[in-house]
Amino acid sequence: MDNVIRRQTPMARLLRVLVYAALGVAALFYLLPLAVMVLTSFKPLDEITAGTLLTLPENPTLAPWVKAWGEACTGMRCEGMGGYFWNSFAIVIPAVAISTLLGALNGYALTKWRFKGAELLFALMLFGCFIPFQVILLPMAQTLGWLGLSSSRAGLILVHVIFGVAFTTLFFRNFYVSIPDELVSAAKLDGAGFFRIFRRILLPVSTPIIVVSVIWQFTQIWNDFLFGVAFSGHDTQPVTVALNNLVNTSTGVKEYNVDMAAAMIAALPTLVVYVLAGKYFVRGLTAGSVKG
Amino acid sequence: MSALEIQHVCKDFGSTQVLKDVSLAIDSGEFLILVGPSGCGKSTLMNAIAGLEPVTSGEIHIGGEEITWRTPAERDIAMVFQSYALYPSMTVRQNIAFGLEMRKVPKAEREAAVERVADLLQISNLLERKPSQLSGGQRQRVAMGRALAREPQIYLFDEPLSNLDAKLRVEMRTEIKKLHQRLGTTIVYVTHDQIEAMTLADCIAVMRDGRILQLGSPDEIYNDPVDIFVAGFMGSPSMNFIAATLEGEAGDYRLRVATPGADDLVLPWPISRETDALADQVGRSLVLGLRPEHFTEEDARLGERAEGTPLAATVSVAEPTGADILLRLPLGEGEITARVDPHCRVTPGERIALRVDMRRAVLFDAASERRLA
Repeated sequence: MDNVIRRQTPMARLLRVLVYAALGVAALFYLLPLAVMVLTSFKPLDEITAGTLLTLPENPTLAPWVKAWGEACTGMRCEGMGGYFWNSFAIVIPAVAISTLLGALNGYALTKWRFKGAELLFALMLFGCFIPFQVILLPMAQTLGWLGLSSSRAGLILVHVIFGVAFTTLFFRNFYVSIPDELVSAAKLDGAGFFRIFRRILLPVSTPIIVVSVIWQFTQIWNDFLFGVAFSGHDTQPVTVALNNLVNTSTGVKEYNVDMAAAMIAALPTLVVYVLAGKYFVRGLTAGSVKG
Repeated sequence: MSALEIQHVCKDFGSTQVLKDVSLAIDSGEFLILVGPSGCGKSTLMNAIAGLEPVTSGEIHIGGEEITWRTPAERDIAMVFQSYALYPSMTVRQNIAFGLEMRKVPKAEREAAVERVADLLQISNLLERKPSQLSGGQRQRVAMGRALAREPQIYLFDEPLSNLDAKLRVEMRTEIKKLHQRLGTTIVYVTHDQIEAMTLADCIAVMRDGRILQLGSPDEIYNDPVDIFVAGFMGSPSMNFIAATLEGEAGDYRLRVATPGADDLVLPWPISRETDALADQVGRSLVLGLRPEHFTEEDARLGERAEGTPLAATVSVAEPTGADILLRLPLGEGEITARVDPHCRVTPGERIALRVDMRRAVLFDAASERRLA
């Protein structure tokens, strides 16, 4: 915008102010729920019932967070979110790692070892990106039963890997298309095989797209509720299911501050991942679209 | 024994035939250039030799062994790619050593090989850099270094100079020639640049539409082309083709060039260049091929001793190149290019007296475009 040279008339300045004002209002509008959550989670219960949503806490307290983490009741049990938080990690980390690795291998095979029907296979794999989750709940439950993986962590990881592979394949395929085939030809002449070329030549240049895939998969799997509630056992429920149970527990007084703290706990990891790797996310998504 | 022998190789992509019965053989230490316009199949032939594309039929032999169905790695060849294809995540040293590493050459030997080619190509100071930190010319050297490190039986060069700027291209061309003279390697080199082909090759294969039209030394290809395509493709500015009618009889053939609005030009065909084929061509229209340098400006001082057939034409454009002047002159129904001495003072519109060396002229059939004499 700044490379356009215009004379700064008072009218132009006024318009500019209006634009920024409109943007500011929009930003406030979207930040408001977050602000309410954060404020509420640090208030004692009596302040919530007395004040408005947006009043600052008079006596800020960490008690709701402590309770949400270790004591709050999720259904019948009152052990807080902590255990489920780690459950989620135990599901997300292997599922993200496996689906990213498989997506990378798929993308590599589809672009650098073109075989008859590769394009068709890729098109079919893309269908996986558009299948609504609800459709496969029953068949998947049956399949997991046959595999002996019902209500197990491994079963849930398998479901997430299967669903993730469509997306990760798409990411890696589009990234590897922009890498010259001559690199692979050169490595073949140098005597490297399928996996050696992947590991030594392509993987080292894949950092941007690996970051994209990890962020995407981490967010998807961490935020998943449906598969978590359908396919996990009592001990292996992810944090999203626990959050639902915590908020829906109907015994005693409704503790909004604890609910908000629990929601913040459930949302934090994806935010942290995005903040830490966000710039690679944007860079990776646009990689290859501009040469050089 | 041939270093490389290709026998009746065909390659189809679906229903399109990209290579049609290609055969050739070169000896150890020879520099073969595959040249032709885009889409002539030269790169496909290169990939077939490298093993990157399977052939549809035919056989390929390297060093007397049939390798038609071997993988690229098993063929004992190295290739320099147009885009250089340097591994971006590796340093120059690792790039050069990668092929040796894959072949399980001990580390000490690998290091020695890297030092050897780095010395040879004067890239010792670049060994720790990544490809992204190199200029185009440096990348080109590293790509050659990677090929040289393995000391294979055959080197393949796929348009290696086409990404360099004009000055660097000429420098690297000389360097490749020096390297070949020094190491005596067997090289197959693909290019669409006919000057590269002329300057580098021991042997040139001119390709078109998946066939080899002519295989021969640069001198043969240039002076003895088999057809109009080869004659026109090699040489810059390219050969002049003039429609002419053959007259006379054995011992006294003449070519009549009809010029609209003027007297016909009659050029005697030299007796030394007569062939039996000409007898059947009397009265037919043929194509006379004359290269720009076959023309010289009339030099009055030579007088009677001047050689060649005299000819006069009006200059339409004069293009001085420094080393000489290219003149565009109307002749017959078209325009021709003549390359004359830079001291020759001419202005457009002026009439100039020239001599043409008919002993070096070539004659083609107008329909089949094949060479007659």
